[in-house]
Amino acid sequence: MVERSAELEMTVQNTSPGMDLNDLSSAELERAGVIVTRADFLYNWARGNSVWPLTFGLACCAIEMIAAATSRFDMSRFGSEVFRPTPRQADLMIVSGTVTKKMAPQVVRIYNQMPEPKWIIAMGACAISGGPFKHGYNVLKGIDRYLPVDVYLPGCPPRPEAVLQSLNYLQEKIKKQDIKADPAFTKGRRQYPVPEFTGKDLEPPYNPEVWSPPENPNGEPVVPPKTTAA
Amino acid sequence: MVAPNYELIEQEGLETSLLEVSMGPHHPSTHGVFRMDVKLDGENVVDLKPVFGYLHRNHEKLAENMSYLANMPFTDRLDYFNSMTNNWAYALAAEQLVEIEVPERAEYLRVIMAELTRLVNHVSLVGFFVNDLGALGTPLLYAFREREKILDLFEQASGARMMCNYFRFGGLRCDVPEGWLAQAREVVDQFPRFLDEYEKLLCENEIILSRTQGIGKLSRELAVSAGITGPMLRASGVAYDLRKVDAYGIYDRFKFRVPYGEEGDCYDRFMVRMLEMRESLQILKQALDNIPEGEIMGKAPRVFKPKPAEVYGRIEGPKGELGFYLIADGTPKPYRYRVRPPSFINLTVLRDMCLGQKIADAVVILGSIDIVLGEVDR
Repeated sequence: MVERSAELEMTVQNTSPGMDLNDLSSAELERAGVIVTRADFLYNWARGNSVWPLTFGLACCAIEMIAAATSRFDMSRFGSEVFRPTPRQADLMIVSGTVTKKMAPQVVRIYNQMPEPKWIIAMGACAISGGPFKHGYNVLKGIDRYLPVDVYLPGCPPRPEAVLQSLNYLQEKIKKQDIKADPAFTKGRRQYPVPEFTGKDLEPPYNPEVWSPPENPNGEPVVPPKTTAA
Repeated sequence: MVAPNYELIEQEGLETSLLEVSMGPHHPSTHGVFRMDVKLDGENVVDLKPVFGYLHRNHEKLAENMSYLANMPFTDRLDYFNSMTNNWAYALAAEQLVEIEVPERAEYLRVIMAELTRLVNHVSLVGFFVNDLGALGTPLLYAFREREKILDLFEQASGARMMCNYFRFGGLRCDVPEGWLAQAREVVDQFPRFLDEYEKLLCENEIILSRTQGIGKLSRELAVSAGITGPMLRASGVAYDLRKVDAYGIYDRFKFRVPYGEEGDCYDRFMVRMLEMRESLQILKQALDNIPEGEIMGKAPRVFKPKPAEVYGRIEGPKGELGFYLIADGTPKPYRYRVRPPSFINLTVLRDMCLGQKIADAVVILGSIDIVLGEVDR
């Protein structure tokens, strides 16, 4: 049994059921076994440490995602070993692999079915930007054209350790969110329009709510307009 | 068209109709983005239509616009479990275009890498297959534990776990590091212990026996006429192995047996793979004993610009005959690049095997074919 200090002993004795806790400072309360915190912190702590991913493999990266869940890398250390096959029970969608134009509508549809709050990790070069298959006619150049991506995880494929790191980044992000202001809690279930595959291309080509084409795609230096002397 | 033994119940006052179920493209048992449109009478499969193309990544078109060697990393991503064997098949095809002699040590290392890949593929496949039967987790965890040991070897040799990009026309990219062969021998020596454990766990398990025996039978005639290759063909009773038939590389120097089944059901397909792992270990032992010192790269031309020709290179991949068909037109880029993917062609008999079975067995049958969608859709 751990010996209590005289000061702590006194505080514990003082917190009798009838006494007014407002008289004590938070440090004293903590010593007495009472935690004072914000609802945000408690909620985000619980959310961040039990992120349930969706069993959703698209291509090569899915194998590394499975490897991250198996015993050597053991994703359950971070509370995410419960892979759910149905989107209704999942918090996190790991877009693991190439999203083709035929598959993109289904990906958006599955995301729409997930309950709030929900997050997305774009895993691998293909999910971020099309990767090595970018020049193909059938490959979507990044899932962020249709869905709000939280963490970008580069690599082809990323190592399982990288999957764990991206999960840690996501947890940091979750722990910073403000319950009152976050769209996940204020707007209800976010639904994004499902693109339609018309045989040639996806319609619309991107969702302006989450993505817009870069203003200067070729990276040319912007030349300021010349001012002509009057 | 429906199965021949199928009849709808007809009774007055009752109306029966078929139930159409779309399994996929997001479905936990479809091994990737693959869809099966199944028509059901109760639980019996009456009709089945495979729908694919959800992972069509334009491999063949992209290859026409890049040099021969630049396409090597793309072959890794065809069948993403077995990047080493994919590389080998492509290298075999390209080596026919310009005649390059592969040095002895490189040939041995190629065999070692290919057989290690076969172990990786079969061990993961058995894990996923049992996963489909409902044994969620445990056998897959065992399989991935062993897989990691072999991936460590790949990583030390090539620098990458999965996408190795290790083969070159005329040899290999670099020699294996010091101590690699001893470590490989250790993995090979310990593998039978794992296989014993795995077989004890799975092969006589009553649930596995009742769920797989007599399910999804593929007759010998159909298998041959549909062009099925690999473990699936051997499970149907045809002892056809390209390592014996073609003896590409230096496979004629090794002693190994070709296991084959009798019934052609799911259990045979599962057992053929278990037995093949034992034979792969035999090849690995012989190769590790006899590997010589020396160069690992032959005299390959600096600029790969073959004369106009058509070649076909094929190997016995872990899933079946993997072939690359190249047409050269005298430029540094291939005029046509065509992949003969084993899992796509093995998938063509899915409907024949599933008709008349229960819907739960359709999942098992799909698992026993061993498909990888990166290769099916290309």
